[in-house]
Amino acid sequence: MPVDRSFLGVESEDRFIDVEKGQLKLFAMATGESDPAYSSEEAAKARGYRNIPAPPTFVFGLTLQAPAKKGNMIDMVDNVGAVLHGEQEFIYHTMIYAGDRLRLKTKTVDIYEKKGGKMEFIVQDTTVHNQDDVLCLTARTVAIYRN
Amino acid sequence: MSYPDLANLAPEQDLTPHEAGPASRWVLAMFAGGSGDHNPMHIDSDFAKIFGREDVFAQGMLSMAYLAQFVRQQAPQEKLRNFKARFTAITPVNANIKCEGRVLEHVTVDGEPRVRIGLRTSIDDGTVTMEGEAVIATA
Repeated sequence: MPVDRSFLGVESEDRFIDVEKGQLKLFAMATGESDPAYSSEEAAKARGYRNIPAPPTFVFGLTLQAPAKKGNMIDMVDNVGAVLHGEQEFIYHTMIYAGDRLRLKTKTVDIYEKKGGKMEFIVQDTTVHNQDDVLCLTARTVAIYRN
Repeated sequence: MSYPDLANLAPEQDLTPHEAGPASRWVLAMFAGGSGDHNPMHIDSDFAKIFGREDVFAQGMLSMAYLAQFVRQQAPQEKLRNFKARFTAITPVNANIKCEGRVLEHVTVDGEPRVRIGLRTSIDDGTVTMEGEAVIATA
């Protein structure tokens, strides 16, 4: 069955998630991070950051940890195992730091097909605001569904 | 931290590559926890076999995290305006990941000078696993 087109334009509820220092440290360890500002609060502050910064792609995992109830990709397809991560984009406005409480909102902005419907593409934009209601970034995910 | 003088790099200039990995099972497990992507396809080889894979393979976002490190070697993170990547091949467990970039062009957006950098990651046999782009403010 093709991707359910009725999800086009659907926007999720607001989801809230905390940026935890411990998780940032684990991310730094897992990726062999060499810059101490990404694991030490002191090193981060010496750099002029107000706390340990979230590295550029960190927010992607937060979107998985705070899944949308409304407009979730898994509800659009029969076989979630056939969904691949095709592309990922981030448009940055303000840095995110440990201790921030983020508000995520995801909208399905496009659903289209290629190869006569054998491959379908789901495009979702997630806006991320911090506790001061400042827009931090927009994350765009393009998922590929193989029929 | 010292950074290249991005504002004065000519188009087609290659940047110093960043070698990362190997993406060992330990790395994949730690990254599952650190990133919050708990998909068992990357950490449980029994699960991967049920879905027809010979073994686990690395999270695509692990390579993008390495590519982000490469981008941060060019300028501090607060200068980064846009970062995108397209996943082109799977990264097998234990692969080494090479991140490379090349200056594409200098642009001005909203009065701010920026540089566009073309990016890619590849693994040991030369297979390109990701192609992307970053836009970095140079002022």
